[in-house]
Amino acid sequence: MGLITLKNVSKSFDDVEVIPPLDLEIRDGEFVVFVGPSGCGKSTLLRLIAGLEDITSGRVEIDGVDVTEVPPARRRLAMVFQSYALYPHMSVRKNIAFPLRMAKLDKAEQSRRVESAAHVLNLTEYLDRRPGQLSGGQRQRVAIGRAIVREPEAFLFDEPLSNLDAALRVNMRLEISELHQSLKTTMIYVTHDQVEAMTMADKIVVLQAGVIEQVGSPLELYHNPRNLFVASFIGSPKMNFLRGDEADRHGAHTIGIRPEHIRISANEGEWKGTVGVSEHLGADTFFHVRCEELGATLTVRADGDNPLQYGDSVLLAPELAKLQRFDADGLRIT
Amino acid sequence: MISPAVALLLCWMLVPLGLTLYFSFLRYNLLMPGMEQWTGWTNYYFFLTDPSFWDAIRNTLTLVIGVLIITIIGGVLLALLLDQEMWGRNIVRLLVIAPFFVMPTVSALVWKNMFMNPVNGLFAQLSGLLGLEPFDFFAHAPLSSIIAIVSWQWLPFATLILLTALQSLDREQLEASEMDGAGSINRLLFIVLPHLARAITVVILIQTIFLLSIFAEILVTTNGGPGTATTNLTFLVYAQSLLQFDVGGGSAGGVIAIVLANIVAIFLMRMIGRNLDA
Repeated sequence: MGLITLKNVSKSFDDVEVIPPLDLEIRDGEFVVFVGPSGCGKSTLLRLIAGLEDITSGRVEIDGVDVTEVPPARRRLAMVFQSYALYPHMSVRKNIAFPLRMAKLDKAEQSRRVESAAHVLNLTEYLDRRPGQLSGGQRQRVAIGRAIVREPEAFLFDEPLSNLDAALRVNMRLEISELHQSLKTTMIYVTHDQVEAMTMADKIVVLQAGVIEQVGSPLELYHNPRNLFVASFIGSPKMNFLRGDEADRHGAHTIGIRPEHIRISANEGEWKGTVGVSEHLGADTFFHVRCEELGATLTVRADGDNPLQYGDSVLLAPELAKLQRFDADGLRIT
Repeated sequence: MISPAVALLLCWMLVPLGLTLYFSFLRYNLLMPGMEQWTGWTNYYFFLTDPSFWDAIRNTLTLVIGVLIITIIGGVLLALLLDQEMWGRNIVRLLVIAPFFVMPTVSALVWKNMFMNPVNGLFAQLSGLLGLEPFDFFAHAPLSSIIAIVSWQWLPFATLILLTALQSLDREQLEASEMDGAGSINRLLFIVLPHLARAITVVILIQTIFLLSIFAEILVTTNGGPGTATTNLTFLVYAQSLLQFDVGGGSAGGVIAIVLANIVAIFLMRMIGRNLDA
């Protein structure tokens, strides 16, 4: 079981309150991603769950048991750190076996579990190397191996992919998702990258300045963001926002429309604009279109082979059904 | 062309070495000037068969090893302590480092007269307060007393090197081991000490070089005595050449000391030098 409940948890460093009291429930087997800009308190929240930081007030429960005062080692959680935090003087085998050795498991069971973890993670041939002799992705796998041998109630990942290059990151993302499918263990994953959050999560927790802005599945957040912050944070490229007359026309303070919900063409549409920089990704092309009358630059998604050029005059047709409206406080009008 | 600096350095080192080698084969006593004559290996023979030579070897090794043990264990503990967040940490660090700035003669005299003196010393006064017999350190435990003084001088060096090494330890490694179930003792044994291994090697190498040639502390406290209880090799060479005026014998002792120091250095590099390879 890996049911984690935060009740009224808050954290202050000296006089600065980084996390105002919040409640959160993480169900058994869920893959939960904490996402938010840097400094939003997502790592702190993870460390509170891990027990590496003391909670200022409130309580943390795992499987219904209050663990607020329980030291990290006895919470039956395993953590993968951003820097991997491998022990440089130990071989890969010893690194992975370290938690088992600390738990005083007998030698045969230790090596059995290390072998099976190494097998799952494709590390078998590297077991006798030192971490310094491995590539970034292999180190990452060793760190994950060290976490899975303990058979914990939940895994905590603290930005585990941010030190990898882009191609490797996509691979590791798949591997971690695959691992979650096979282990069915609760995983909590911290990232500032909304693409990682969208692709991996069962449930995303969007944080800003220590406050939970919204909790929901990736598509829920994409289709029904609760406020402007979530709307702008989720989705790539970002949602376009318009204020002023055009927003008033829809009875809102701000309106938002995603790049994929605008059609661009030379002859039909209601917003006039001029094509600026275009980004060709192959399958898609993103046009940055300058609209004088709206006083804004909109990002528009089009087919990859759209022939429009820099400086072309175009018309934009938003799908009005997909338009999202926000009031003066930034909350979405439903 | 050999550069002038190298030439100067060569003269600086080779001339004294050559002269020492030359003197070590002469019968050369300052009380009999002008009577120098070639004697072959006689000086070496007498120096090596002198009973105080083996005492000196034993004392030298005891001194080096004793001080190394105390400074490294003490240095690790102090470094761990100083790495903690505490009030007035900077001042405490400064105070810990202070003994290193006191010159050896001065610190030895301070210890001899203000702490270990059997009548007026602080320790004698303290044991007097407790109604105990004052302990005469230099009479009953002369070598241990000198080890204590030298350790006090070198503890700051070890602490400083180990503290900087400790500060370079990745905090996430400690946190990871904490999550992995390692208690504070296990964290020290499995994470901190292996991380410090290289720094400890450096401390051992540097301190050994300097501890083999301890002299001032012995000169101002015990003068090598009682008997030969605190005579190390350096002091024996000094005694031979300047107390017995036997420059030939002293030079032979000096050459022997060079050879022994090199043997120790080779052993050290063999044993712990591989720690220095990354």
